[in-house]
Amino acid sequence: MKLWDCFSTALRALLGNKLRSVLTMLGILIGVAAVISVLSLGSAQAAIVEESFATLGSNLIYVTPRELGMSGVGAQSTLTLKDAQAIAQSAPSVEDVSPMAQTYAQVVAGGESLSNTIIAGVAPQAEWVDNYAVAQGSFITDFDYRARSRVAVLGSEVAKTLFGEMDPTGQSLRIGGRQFQVSGVLESRGMGFGLEDMRVYIPLSTFYTTLATSQVGSRGNSVNIISVQVKSSDMLESAEQEITAILRDTHNIREGEDDDFRVLNVASVADQVTQVLGILQLALAGIAGISLLVGGIGIMNIMLVSVTERIREIGLRKAIGAKRRDIMIQFLIEAATLGLCGGALGIGLGWIIVIIMSNIATNLGFSFTATLSGDAIALAVGVAIFIGLVSGLYPAIRAARLDPIESLRHE
Amino acid sequence: MIELENITKVYKAGQTEVPALRGISCRIESGEMVSITGPSGSGKSTLMNIIGCLDKPTSGRYLLDGIEVSKLNDNQLAEIRNKKIGFVFQSFNLLSRTTALANVELPLIYSGASNRRQRALQVLESVGLGHRVNHRPSELAGGEQQRVAIARALVNNPSLILADEPTGNLDTKTSQEIMLIFKQLHEQGMTIVLITHEPDIAAYTQRTIKIRDGQIEGGV
Repeated sequence: MKLWDCFSTALRALLGNKLRSVLTMLGILIGVAAVISVLSLGSAQAAIVEESFATLGSNLIYVTPRELGMSGVGAQSTLTLKDAQAIAQSAPSVEDVSPMAQTYAQVVAGGESLSNTIIAGVAPQAEWVDNYAVAQGSFITDFDYRARSRVAVLGSEVAKTLFGEMDPTGQSLRIGGRQFQVSGVLESRGMGFGLEDMRVYIPLSTFYTTLATSQVGSRGNSVNIISVQVKSSDMLESAEQEITAILRDTHNIREGEDDDFRVLNVASVADQVTQVLGILQLALAGIAGISLLVGGIGIMNIMLVSVTERIREIGLRKAIGAKRRDIMIQFLIEAATLGLCGGALGIGLGWIIVIIMSNIATNLGFSFTATLSGDAIALAVGVAIFIGLVSGLYPAIRAARLDPIESLRHE
Repeated sequence: MIELENITKVYKAGQTEVPALRGISCRIESGEMVSITGPSGSGKSTLMNIIGCLDKPTSGRYLLDGIEVSKLNDNQLAEIRNKKIGFVFQSFNLLSRTTALANVELPLIYSGASNRRQRALQVLESVGLGHRVNHRPSELAGGEQQRVAIARALVNNPSLILADEPTGNLDTKTSQEIMLIFKQLHEQGMTIVLITHEPDIAAYTQRTIKIRDGQIEGGV
C-alpha cells in the first residue's frame, strides 16, 4: 500500500466523524496552546525583570536596616548618615555612596494635593549612583545640599498628577506645609519597581531640618537605605565584606552577635529573582504539559473506540488483501493526524493568547515584546505528533492483530 | 485450479479439541462453477475460510493455482487474497461512508495498482452499476449493494470468486438477478465457488459438494 493511500484513507476516516475528531484534538490543542503561551510570556517576563534591574544602576549594593526591607519608610532606622560617610571613606572597593532617608508627607501644588507621598531626602550623588535620569530641569545640586535649599525633584507620576501637562520646573509647591520650589522632574522608570515615579526628592540636609526632625538622633541622622556604587563588578564581593566590617565596627557589634543591617547585592538579587521566575515558568509549563498528556490519553481512548467500532471494516480490509502493517499504519496515521492538527491549532490559539496578554501588559505600561520562536513551534508540532503516535500505537497494534474471520462475523 | 488433499481443521476450546474438517479432498478446475452446501455446523464455513486463505488447515495440502497455500505466512496469504481471490459476502460488507467507486477501488489500493479509477469504473459498468458509481451503500438497494461487492471481488482479476451465501439477504427476484451475474461470469471463464444452503441457488451450479460432519458426502 502506498503512503499517500494510507494518508487519504486515514483522513477520510477522520473527516467521516468530524465532531469526534475535533473534540479529540481539543486536548492536544489546549495543551500546546498552554505550553506555547507560558513559554513566550515567560521569556518576555524575564526580559522585563532584566530591564528593571538594569535601570537601578550598575555595580550596586544596597545597605538597609536589618528589620526593614528596602521600602521601610519613616521608621526608626539603625543606619545613619555617619555610616554612609564611613563606607565612602574607608571601603577601598567603593566608588560612591548615596544615602536616602524617607518619610510621608502631604504635597500640595495649585489646586491639586497628594496625601501620604513618599518624600525622599537624597544627596546629589544619588543622580548617578541610583541612576536617576532627569527629564526636565536639574537634579539636586551640591549647592542645594550645602545651602539646605528648599528645592524638590518630582517623580514623573507626581509631576503628572500635580501639574498635568504644564512644565513644573520653577513652580512652587508645599511639602508637609512648607514651601518648596520644583527644580526638576525625573524620567519615568516604568512599572518595574513602581516607587520611584511616585516620590518627591529633596536635599537630605533640607530633609532633616524641615520635615523629619525626629530622625536626627544622638548617634547621627538616621537614613533608610544607603546605595553603594562599587568600582567594578568583580569587586562586588570584596565591597560587601568591607561594608560589613565597617558597619559592625561603627555599630559596636561584638563577635558572635548578628548584624543589625543588611547588605544586598543587586546583581545577586536579580539573579535570584530570575531564577525563581525560571522555576515558576518551568512549573507552569509542567502543568501545561500535563494537559498534553491528558490530550494523548484522549486520543488513545478515541482510537480504541474507533478500532472497536470498525472491527468489521478491519476484517473486510484484511480479507481483500490488507496486511497487518497496512492496518497498523492506517490507525497510526489517524492518531498522528489528530495530534498534528491539534498541535497546529494549539500554536494558533497560543499565539492569540500571547498577543492579547502583551496588549494588556502594554496598556498597563510594561514594555512587553512576546515572541514565538521557530524552535517553540517545531517543538510543539513535534511533541503533538509524537503524542499522537504514542497514543495511537496500542490501538493500532490491536487493530492489526484482529483475526479476519472473527472480525467479519462481528456484529 | 483448486486442489485440496486430506484437509483437516481442529479447533481447540480449552482442553477439548473440536474437529471441524476431517479429511477433505477435492479438485475444482478453473472455469468451474461449484456450490458447497451442508447444514449449519457441517464445516462448510471452515472450508470456505480455508479455500479463501483466511485460515490455515491443521493438516493436509491446499494448492491454489499450483501454489501450496498451507505453507504461506500471513503477509503472503494477504497477497494471495488480494490478487487471486474475490470475496462476496452475505451481508455485502461495504464501507458505509464511502462511495460505490471507492469501495470497488479498495483491493486496488492494497495491491498498489495504478489506473484504479478507470479499472473500478469498468467493472462497475460490467455489473450494470455504471450510473450509480458515486452513491453510498445506504443509497443503494440490496441487489445494487451486492453488485458493488461483486465488482469489488472482480476488480483485481482474481482466479477465484468465493461467494458466501451471496443471496441470503436478498429477495427471490433480486437473488435471481445476482445469480445471473454469476452465471455470466462463469460463462466468461471465471472460477466460482458458492457456499449456500439453498437448493435453488445450488441449482445454478454445475456441481454441488455436500459437506456433513466435516466430510464430503457425495459429488466428488
